[in-house]
Amino acid sequence: MLSLLSEPVGLSHYLIVGAVMFVSGAVCMATKRNALGVLMGIELVLNGANVNFVAFGSDFLARNPNYGIGLDGHVIALFVIVLAAAEAAVALAIVLNFYNNHATIDVDKADELKG
Amino acid sequence: MDPINWHTLFFLLFAGIACAFALGVVFSSNVVRMAFFLIISLAATAGLFFLAGADFVGAMQLVLYVGGTLVLLVFGVMLTAQSPFISIRTSGGDWILAALVGGSMLAILVPTALMIGERANMPSAEADATTRAEPPGAIQPVAMAKEEPTVAMLPPVPVESRPTATNIGQALIGVRVDKLEETNERKRAGLAGYVMPFEVISIHLLVVLVGAAFLARARRRAKSRFADAA
Repeated sequence: MLSLLSEPVGLSHYLIVGAVMFVSGAVCMATKRNALGVLMGIELVLNGANVNFVAFGSDFLARNPNYGIGLDGHVIALFVIVLAAAEAAVALAIVLNFYNNHATIDVDKADELKG
Repeated sequence: MDPINWHTLFFLLFAGIACAFALGVVFSSNVVRMAFFLIISLAATAGLFFLAGADFVGAMQLVLYVGGTLVLLVFGVMLTAQSPFISIRTSGGDWILAALVGGSMLAILVPTALMIGERANMPSAEADATTRAEPPGAIQPVAMAKEEPTVAMLPPVPVESRPTATNIGQALIGVRVDKLEETNERKRAGLAGYVMPFEVISIHLLVVLVGAAFLARARRRAKSRFADAA
């Protein structure tokens, strides 16, 4: 436990945080019946991926410099953030539309296209 | 006792907050609380970005994500917060299935993360040696498996703050100033920067703006069969 505090942070620390956030998001997407809960799961998944991009883009997390992707990781993380904002805006518009038309946001009720 | 590494301490703090509140989003059934937990989790992630040396990305995470996207989500929660929808319960069978899937995903991802982190700390030759595929059908002698090869780890890279905003801005307009002196031929690829993705994403944002405004425009509320049923 004490060695955990005195060791420098490595790539695997960040990758584990990213994995936990990704799995939380995936489980959230799968289990929530509230459409907004599904949206929050998507945000968590995108952030888990972003943590990995930033970790690989960092200069000092990986001791072998060949493992870094440098600035590419930062720029890709920025694109992910922008795409997540766009996705949230459209998905929220769809959810509000669904709520206006059906007076519910339970995704299990969205079964009109079922054969 | 070794002195406390403050970088590690703050990493553990932010990582703990981010992971704990991400799990809180999963296990809470109240959608208002989920939104609040998500805000905390993503703000702590911004702290992780700062600790990884990504100052500009961390700032954008706070400004765009926490300040923009999540406020949008909270507005969505407020607009739809009718009492039957605030907490919609998930059935027990779904939880068991989700726990199985999530647990197995975590069981794959965490060992992979540990392996990659270990390999990233080795010099390239040793890392290549540990990944060289054994020929199919080759039988490992038992004596070989017993001795663990001890690989030399590279020394830690000193943590230092290097501003990235200028380089990111230059990369977005097509000049990779950080790669001009790069000698590694493989790493010199992509010297042209990110003009094309930048333009594509500009058009994409315009389309999203028009699409979201079109989808969410005010309309008379239709009489619904679900409203009758409820």
